Amino acid sequence: MSSKFSSLEPVVEVIGDDRTMVLNMGPQHPSTHGVLRLLLELDGETIVRIRPDVGYLHTGIEKTCEAKFYQQVVPLTDRIDYLCPMTNNLAYALAVEKLLGLEIPKRAQWIRVMLNELTRLNSHLVWLGTHALDIGAMTVFLYCFREREDILRLFEMVSGQRMMTSYFRIGGLALEVPLGFFERVKRFADAFPSHIDEYESLLTKNPIWTGRTKGVAKITYEDAIALGLSGGVARGSGVDWDLRRDMPYSSYEQFDFKVPVATEGDVFARYVVRVEEMRESTKIVQQALAGMPEGPIKADAPKVVLPDREKMKTQMEALIYHFKIVTEGFTVPAGEVYQGVESPRGEMGYYIVSDGTAKPYRVHMRSPSFANLNAILPMCQGNLIADVVAAIGSIDIVLGDVDR
Amino acid sequence: MEQADQERGLVTLMAWKPAITNLEELKDRPALNRLLSWKAEAVTGAKFDRDELTIWLRREFLCEACRLLRDDAATAFNFFSDVTCVDWYPEEPRFEVVYSLLSMSRKERIRLKVKLNSDDPSVESLTELWPGANPFEREVFDLFGIHFNGHPYLHRIMMPEDWQGHPLRKDYPVEGYR
Repeated sequence: MSSKFSSLEPVVEVIGDDRTMVLNMGPQHPSTHGVLRLLLELDGETIVRIRPDVGYLHTGIEKTCEAKFYQQVVPLTDRIDYLCPMTNNLAYALAVEKLLGLEIPKRAQWIRVMLNELTRLNSHLVWLGTHALDIGAMTVFLYCFREREDILRLFEMVSGQRMMTSYFRIGGLALEVPLGFFERVKRFADAFPSHIDEYESLLTKNPIWTGRTKGVAKITYEDAIALGLSGGVARGSGVDWDLRRDMPYSSYEQFDFKVPVATEGDVFARYVVRVEEMRESTKIVQQALAGMPEGPIKADAPKVVLPDREKMKTQMEALIYHFKIVTEGFTVPAGEVYQGVESPRGEMGYYIVSDGTAKPYRVHMRSPSFANLNAILPMCQGNLIADVVAAIGSIDIVLGDVDR
Repeated sequence: MEQADQERGLVTLMAWKPAITNLEELKDRPALNRLLSWKAEAVTGAKFDRDELTIWLRREFLCEACRLLRDDAATAFNFFSDVTCVDWYPEEPRFEVVYSLLSMSRKERIRLKVKLNSDDPSVESLTELWPGANPFEREVFDLFGIHFNGHPYLHRIMMPEDWQGHPLRKDYPVEGYR
């Protein structure tokens, strides 16, 4: 173990050196964005070592999945990273569809992409609002949550739920989008870039903001790779990697967008990257609206996908399939897949093992927050305790995602 | 007709080709090729299924094989994505530790597996190669009871320190009394 990452070793055991003290931060602390507990070993105001302590939100979702039918796992995936439910839904659905060898219709893929980008906006808005609030800019929070509310209303319109949407199904979508939905998304997407300008006018050139973020909590390119960082944290350190562009899924190859990268590796760079990502996501939403294909929203796989209600009233087979899928699930051929998607936080990966029955043998989530939490070590070591809050905010962790 | 159906998304169950498990047929894969030319006895099997390559390794060679895959320009698996475990209770060897590596320059993933018997579920730690493997290995230790030799701080991460048992093992019940 190189000494650079030595703080992964215990902190508490080294008390006794007269110079340092150990400070406990969290798990109930407003700026840790959940139930993150940090043990900080301090020399004056300088952090000598830092150790994150997680697990307070561990609910054993991976174990629970093994006892559910494949389609029953979808609502569980919402609750892993509760700020981007659609991304989790998508990753899980894609993984199971890959196991089944199920090709889903273009329209469903495009709606999925559109909703995923709205989810990214939703998640980044929460991040920006709370991150700015941590550092002392109250107003941004109010504006961000105003727009987030619009997105949540769109989610409610399409799925009936604001946060735990569970809108994606294995083989497509739960329902066709309601009338007038695309018009409302269009109105939102047209107006949104001006809102981003608004946030930027409050922060980007604000001397207090730049003073608290520029040159703070730096992380190098090499460390970002070695620590397995992904998403905005890695791109802020010059890692030019985005699964949407580099290993496209769900028709992302048909969209035209840039992957913003900054090389400074500080809190400000991560801020710049994510704000630019919001602009790019808005573009993707616009493209999806402009070119939305017509067609079905579910794959035509009667043994996997629930039939339409109309068909059930007229066709015997549809009724039988419906009964069978609901009561005994559908079987998935034995095998294993790993499906990674670019969540707002980085690489969200689902590793699913099937043994040929109706329940997954093993579901493992490679959650981006869990890996990105590693970044707290090089970010904080040797720096001031006052910057810890800025560092945590810039990693953009969701503790549900860390602990699962 | 089929083309039109495909565009409308009606032809849905594309049958995957059967998995290829013959090492000879998979020799053109850079990762497997490199490992075989390095130490043929390190590789116990390979599978190409659903566009994903899996290689089974003998556990004593895991760390060196990963170093090779990471540093060799022909493979360049520079990014450690994930490590987890699958419990095949009551079969033996019971555990399969599953590593997922990513090559950013070649845009390719690979899955490495190590089989472990239940009487000695231990494997080398990869924290030397990728410090980022640290919490992932702690998680596998916590939930499966796999020991990672050489890990700097192998303690429970999700469950409380004084917890008994390893919840993700198959002989650990989902609900009720243990």
